This record gives sequence, structure tokens and C-alpha cells, in this order.
Amino acid sequence: MARKLLLEHAQVEGINTYEVYRKNGGYRSVEKALKTMSPDEVVEEVKKSGLRGRGGAGFPTGMKWSFLAKPEGVPRYLVCNADESEPGTFKDRYLMEKIPHLLIEGMITSSYALGANTSYIYIRGEYSWILFILERAIAEAYKAGWLGKNILGSGYDLDLHVNIGGGAYICGEETALIESLEGKRGNPRIKPPFPAVKGLWQSPTVVNNVETIAAVVPIVNDGGDEYAKIGIGKSTGTKLISASGNINKPGVYEIEMNITVEEFIYSDQWCGGIKNGKKLKACVPGGSSVPILPHFLVCKTAAGEDRMMTYESLSDGGFATGSMLGSGGFIVYDETQCIVRNTWNFARFYAHESCGQCSPCREGTGWMEKVLHRMENGAGKMSDIDLLNDVAKKIEGNTICPLGDAAAWPVSAAIRHFREEFEWHVNEPRACLERNYGLIGEKVAATL
Amino acid sequence: MAKVTIDGQTIEVADGTTILNAARQIGGELVPPAMCYYSSLKGSGGKCRTCLVRVTKGSEKDPRPMPKLVASCQTMVMDGMEVASKSDSTVTEARAAVTEFLLINHPLDCPICDQAGECHLQDLAFEHGKSSTRYEFERRTFEKIDIGPYIKLHMTRCIMCFRCVFVANQLTEQRVHGIINRGDHAEISTYIEKAIDNDFSGNVIDVCPVGALTDRTFRFKSRVWFLNPMDVHRDCENEKCSGKAVAWMYGGEIYRVTARKDKYGEVHEFICNTCRFEKKDKSDWVIEGARDLDRHSVISQNHYEHGELTVR
Repeated sequence: MARKLLLEHAQVEGINTYEVYRKNGGYRSVEKALKTMSPDEVVEEVKKSGLRGRGGAGFPTGMKWSFLAKPEGVPRYLVCNADESEPGTFKDRYLMEKIPHLLIEGMITSSYALGANTSYIYIRGEYSWILFILERAIAEAYKAGWLGKNILGSGYDLDLHVNIGGGAYICGEETALIESLEGKRGNPRIKPPFPAVKGLWQSPTVVNNVETIAAVVPIVNDGGDEYAKIGIGKSTGTKLISASGNINKPGVYEIEMNITVEEFIYSDQWCGGIKNGKKLKACVPGGSSVPILPHFLVCKTAAGEDRMMTYESLSDGGFATGSMLGSGGFIVYDETQCIVRNTWNFARFYAHESCGQCSPCREGTGWMEKVLHRMENGAGKMSDIDLLNDVAKKIEGNTICPLGDAAAWPVSAAIRHFREEFEWHVNEPRACLERNYGLIGEKVAATL
Repeated sequence: MAKVTIDGQTIEVADGTTILNAARQIGGELVPPAMCYYSSLKGSGGKCRTCLVRVTKGSEKDPRPMPKLVASCQTMVMDGMEVASKSDSTVTEARAAVTEFLLINHPLDCPICDQAGECHLQDLAFEHGKSSTRYEFERRTFEKIDIGPYIKLHMTRCIMCFRCVFVANQLTEQRVHGIINRGDHAEISTYIEKAIDNDFSGNVIDVCPVGALTDRTFRFKSRVWFLNPMDVHRDCENEKCSGKAVAWMYGGEIYRVTARKDKYGEVHEFICNTCRFEKKDKSDWVIEGARDLDRHSVISQNHYEHGELTVR
């Protein structure tokens, strides 16, 4: 059985209450950090652990923390990004629902390390019920003396607030999140300055994902070196994977980053294989924004090596033959799934969620959505395939924030690996409508 | 001071200058087009992505090139920086791509648009656009809105540069308009179509790069290139108003009044609504003389002092 660091006690009855959580070793990291360590020592442990941001980009957390500007007389903030809206990703939801105190414990320890006296958890609007779970847990933590003034007699004060968003995907982008937290329209800011220099209320700010902050707890408890022993190379520790799609056992799994993708999909310990004995067609390993992988590149890299569940191995081969671990939204497609329809679904999501601030993303995402919609509905043209590729290429890299890239990558990857299926949609519109929707004999509109 | 080379031309500029402003100091063809940046509005820029340039050398200290194209209106120069603007094909391609994106939902109703002739999108399309479109869908449209008695909002033409929002934020006392919705269905709106009741609201017309915000006292009266721009001024009672304006005249009659725009279409001294909309009589103004329009656009074509140089 693999080691679990975050979800170890997830199934314990009543773990969402303070008493049970404390009995199972909760808040030990706060005690250890506040009583025996200086803030810089905590940062050092996180650096040693090699922990990488779990929100998608995989940037080393310790390095991010050390970039935080520390001017005199200016407050610093830690913001937890709980705006988990990436299609296919639901790990933070599980963690916050089951063990809210783990996040709060991580927030206290991390805030202490960064010298923040006010910290925020920004939660997505659709997670309205988790707001109450967190607020209850925070009230319990205040009551038990883990939050507030002079925590454990150390002289360190911390106030923790939960803020609920309005339900926009873009607010998961850190600068848009900060804007939204300030009460403004959630438009990403132009960088530089980066949040580490000028973030919330123009003060130095660190924005971290829920899972990243939760991972600080075992790092402080067991030491960064111990954490770094798990995993391969620069992918250290455990990772929560939200497995969904055509698999026997969808759900949230905590894996050590040293197993193969094949093991993850087919082993009974994890996904339990493809549902109904069907064959694997494709896999999106890191949430909707990362490139899709065709079946022959899922378990093996282009070089013929086993593909591992690590940052490096999943991105092996670049975007030509690889993908990204991203946020760990692992979506599996069996042979009956339609890639064009799936790509259209993603494109529709990004067109809906683009903030509308910069031109390539605002106009380009809507354009791609319309072309894919037409193709999926049987009125596509052969030239549309190259058009899509071209539009995606022109959005990528030319936008203010990564949403443009996130919208472009799945489209260009789908065309790169599944061009034949796109061509089939153009050549045999009736056959594809019949397969996808069972609309045999329906009249297909000539234009849409 | 920082030394920066743009398309092979070197200039020394103050620290903290953006690449765009450094390019404007050099002048000429290498100046990136800008649809949303407006030097007198704080916080503007970075959105339209037409001013993208390639930084081929970061600085003297750190000569690495920047991995992506950068928005020149937002990127500060560094000493020893080398920038490729019009000379780089990836830059011109990216600008052409942005132009295409801006045009897919633009109505292209230039024949009936008051902005035609002084429209920045027209100029941009002339330089970077293609003669045909690849967009085969219905364009996004909106209802026209009257914002108070003087201003017409034709959202269909809007390119979401946010300039008018910055004007409302920075010049007027109370902002009543902003952006609603998201993505390609985002729109500029006054909340519940409330009139902008403010002395400086008329400036949104001047900052609008396209014909989305037009002067209701001038709509459909004349094509701009038939009018003679004259520098005029008056002693305005409003102390925030500069009183310096341009009267667009034909046959001794003032057709419209605007603030004075520089060669990049930017206003530095804003005027109040009384000057703009109510003083349409010659006797209201002291006429200084004909205004020299130094801008490469249709609007300059009737002014022979630039001759054929303005036509490209």
C-alpha cells in the first residue's frame, strides 16, 4: 500500500471536526513550527522537500516563497487558491470537504513561514457548501487557540478569512484572483509586477493551491528531506489525482510520484482499468488545458520508455508527443468517445470563461468554439482543420494570462494526434452524428 | 538613462520608459500600433496586443532574449536592450493575427460610421489586415444605446480597449459605466443604461479608437475629412477644463468640437462637455489657425502640406 500523506485520515469518522482531527495528530506542524523553528527554517524545509506547485504550473514552492519581497512596514499576505475550476479536476474539493482542518493547519504554518498576519482562502463560487465547512473549521480553530492573537504564546498573530468567488474560471489565475479578492472585476493583471512584489492591496503576496498548502503539513512534521525521498527526480512527494472518464473506479487518489501511468490506469488499487472491457483511446493527464495523448503515447513515451506519473515523464517529448501533469485532472477516454466532440466541449468552456480583456483570447476562443461546433454538427469543411490549428497558434503566447494558452493547447493537440477523426467528421458527417448521438436518418443542416 | 535599439535605431531614454514610448521618441515606421494604450490614462494598455514586439536582447547585464513576444506599451526598457518591431516577421504576423481577431466581430460598417477617416482600427487594418476574412459566422451585435443626450454607444463596433472606462475612472467624478459579462460577449455598459451625467463624459468619444462612442451632436452631419480642423481656445469656467480644442469647420460653421489629439491620436488636455457639445458658434471661440494633422490616416488626406507622403 502506498504511503498517504494528505489523505491518510480522510476516512476516519468525524475527521472534519476539530477534536477528531487533533486526536489523529492534527496541528502538530503548527506546534513544531511556532515553538521550535524560525520562519526561515520552515521555508528552508519546503525548499529541501522539492515541493512543486500543485495548481498546474508545477513551479517549485520553496523558490516561490523565497521570491516574496519583504519591505519594512508593509504587510504580506498568503492567499490560498481554492478556485478549482479546471474541468476534470476535483481533488481540492475532496480535500476541503473531508479534512478542512488540514488546509487550515497548512495555512497557519505557511503564513508563519512567510510572515503573513492575514491570510485568505479564495474558494470558487460553485463550492458554496464548502464555504460553510471551512468557516466552521476556522471557528473551531479560533476557539482552540490556533488562530487569532499570540498563537501558542509565540507572539505570532494570524487571521484567516474565507472569501467566496462569483464562479469564474479566470479567477483561478493568481492575479485575477487577487483582483477579485480586492472586490474588483476578476481580470488578470499585466505582469510584471508579479504578486510576490505587488499583489493583494499592492503588498507582497504568495498565492498557492490548496494541495500545495496542505502538503506543507507533512513536510514540516517529517522534515523536507523525508518528503523528498518519495517520488522520482524533481517530482517529489505525493500528488492527488482526480481520475475520471471511462474507468472502473473514478475518484480522488493520492499517489506517490513513482508509479507508471499504466499501473495507475489498470491497477485495481487505482483506476481499475477501462470500463466495460473497452480499449483505451486517449487520455488527458492534467486537466482540460493540457494536450491530449493518444493511446500509444499514454503508457509509453515516444522513446519507448514507460511513462511515469511525474511532471517530467508526462511532459517528455514536449507538446509533440507529450503532455503535462498539470493539476492532476486525469481524464480517460475509451474507444467509443469522440475527440472532436470532446475538443468542442473544452473550446466551449474556454470561450465562455475568457475574461474578454485581451483580443486574441476574447475573439479567438469564440471563433474556435464556433468552428468546432459546426464540425461536430456535420457542417465542417476540410479547411476548418487548418483554420483551427492556425487560430490556436495565433492565440498561444500572445495573451496576458495563460488562459489563452490553455484554450489553444487542447485544440492543437487534438488535431495533431487525431487529425483523421477530424477529417472523418468532415467527410462522413452523417456517420459521425449517428455514432455520437444516434441520430440516424436525421436531416443534417447544410450550414450552421 | 537606458540605451535601447529598436529595429537598428538606437536612442537613449529615461529609465522606466516603455518600449512603445521609446519607439515614439524615435518615430517613423518602427512605432508599434497601439489600440488600447493611452499615455494620459493611467493603467491603460496591455489589452489589445497590437503593439507586440520581440525583445532579441534583454539588456546589457542579461542578454537573454525574452521567450515570448511582449506588449511594448507595458514593457520597460533596460540598458542595452534590443527590440525588433516591424523588421521581424513573427511580430508582423502576430500583429496581423490580432488585427484579424479584432475584425472578426467588427461590423465593418465604415461607410456609415462617423469614425471613418480617423479610425485607428481602419488604419491598423489598412496596414496589417487581409482583403478577405476567414470568419464565416454571424457577427456579434448589440443594440445601440444613448448614454445621455450627447453620447451614442454602438457596442457592436467596440474593440474592448477599456480606454473609456479609464476616462470615467480618472476624469469624471463618479463612474457609472464599466464592463459587464465576459469573453466575446463582454460589453461596455452604463448600469441599467443610466446616463453619464458628468462634465467630462464627452472625453470618452475622443479616446475611443473606433466608432463605438460617437458624438450625438455630430452624428451623420459630415465626413470628417471634409472638415477643416482649426485650433481654437476659450476661457472655460470649469477649472479642470483646458479650454483648448479643435473646431472642425466647414464654410464658417463649426460642425464639431474635439480635444487636441497628437499624432498618435492621444489627448493630453481634456475638455469639458460645455466646450465640446454646446459651444458650436464661431463667436464662442478664439481661432488660432489651421491645425496641422500629422497622422497617417484618411483624415490627413485633404491637407496638402503633407502631400503624398501621407499616402502609403
